[in-house]
Amino acid sequence: MPPKDPTPVLDARAVERTLQRMADEIVELNDGTEQLVIVGIQRRGVQLARRIVSMIAEREGVQVPSGALDITLYRDDLQTVGPRPVVGPTDLTADINGRRVVIVDDVLYTGRTVRAALDELADFGRPARIALAVLIDRGGRELPIHADVVGKKVDIPAGERIDVLVKELDGRDAVVLARREESA
Amino acid sequence: MTGPLGKDLLALEPLTAEQINLVLDTAEPFKEISERAIKKVPTLRGATIVNLFFEASTRTRISFEFAEKRLSADTVNVASSGSSVQKGETLVDTARNLEAMRIDMVVIRHGASGAAQFLAERIESNVINAGDGTHEHPTQGLLDLLTLRDHFRRLAGVKVCICGDVLHSRVARSNIWGLKKLGAEVAVCGPRSLMPNAIDELGVTVFDRVEDAIQWADALNILRLQLERMTAGYIPSLREYNRVFGVTRERLEKAPKDVLILHPGPMNRGVEIDSDVADGPHSVILDQVTNGVAIRMAVLYLLAGGNPKLAEAAKGGAA
Repeated sequence: MPPKDPTPVLDARAVERTLQRMADEIVELNDGTEQLVIVGIQRRGVQLARRIVSMIAEREGVQVPSGALDITLYRDDLQTVGPRPVVGPTDLTADINGRRVVIVDDVLYTGRTVRAALDELADFGRPARIALAVLIDRGGRELPIHADVVGKKVDIPAGERIDVLVKELDGRDAVVLARREESA
Repeated sequence: MTGPLGKDLLALEPLTAEQINLVLDTAEPFKEISERAIKKVPTLRGATIVNLFFEASTRTRISFEFAEKRLSADTVNVASSGSSVQKGETLVDTARNLEAMRIDMVVIRHGASGAAQFLAERIESNVINAGDGTHEHPTQGLLDLLTLRDHFRRLAGVKVCICGDVLHSRVARSNIWGLKKLGAEVAVCGPRSLMPNAIDELGVTVFDRVEDAIQWADALNILRLQLERMTAGYIPSLREYNRVFGVTRERLEKAPKDVLILHPGPMNRGVEIDSDVADGPHSVILDQVTNGVAIRMAVLYLLAGGNPKLAEAAKGGAA
């Protein structure tokens, strides 16, 4: 059920601009693109990662290796909230050993998703460095995790939800604030 | 709170098409885990699973064990020989004693039809039926469905003929239920002495000649001829069975289209299936084995979890 009256935080053009700046910062942070691997977290992190990869390709003329990570099987709450029926595909064929990996996700909140992603990455190899890039940092961390590249920082109280919409899945690009209908 | 499949997986007969599709869809991402260098995810860390096998099994037991280990569960194997079962302990006493050691799931294979359900009604742990008598073998049915779906993309309208000893086959029963629920057309083929009396009530076509089945089918699921049946007088001889009902290259070459070949194993080469069919280009017998691990991982995953007390505490903190 779609929540009523979502308040826009970023519109499509603002999302585009923000991602472009994030792409530039990612390249800057890693001294170029040579060792770079970009990994999106299912689901919307994957689409954002693809956008960033094509923006880097446009500006730097280099196709950076990329992949997708589904962290469902690495969650710490299976025993408590039960299985999430939909497990997405993990597709990480790029070698990450000794590389500089940037994890891309839509929203950084408790940090538990990132914790799971770090565990999963460790099963694929030993990167030289792992950085985190998020479109939205909404605060409310429950773990000592921070983002290296942030699109926009918005402080949102625990009862509310911020949604990142992407063209590929939602028909448009936007970031909207929505009252939480029920807890996930 | 129980998962989307309920507490146990005992049979495909009571499942809905949605539940079956959920297992098949969930199995897809699990295929990838077995291709990784580190074939392990922490999903079932801390869960204890007992594999209780009262009948001989290699493939199914190993497949379950790989599935459990790749999900990081701790596993114990109990076989009937060398355990207190030999001393006359009843099934329910064995299970209750295991449960007293705080286990989470039991995978059971048993010679008596209904054994898995009997156990499931008496213990709190999740129970997975790994074959009970001539009743059902649900994970085999599911992996056959997954293998067929991989090939045909969807199961609706696909013509599948189950060949051989349908009377004694739990694999046949699980296949018939699963295939029909997903909209496939199902037939059986074999000697009348190896067909259940009530076969017509299952809503399947019956072929008396394997040539007719091959003409009709998109896929053949060839059952193992259980050799002990021969001494019981169900068939005159193995050679005659092969001559009349064996799936041979000569017979397949007369088919109007390529026929996909499945076999749950273990195969009797030269009896129900010839070697050049089993090893031929349309055989997906080894894909079935690969898919078996993914299906069992999916089933374990979907049955696991769901402690109601902890669920309340964790509500809201999931993002």
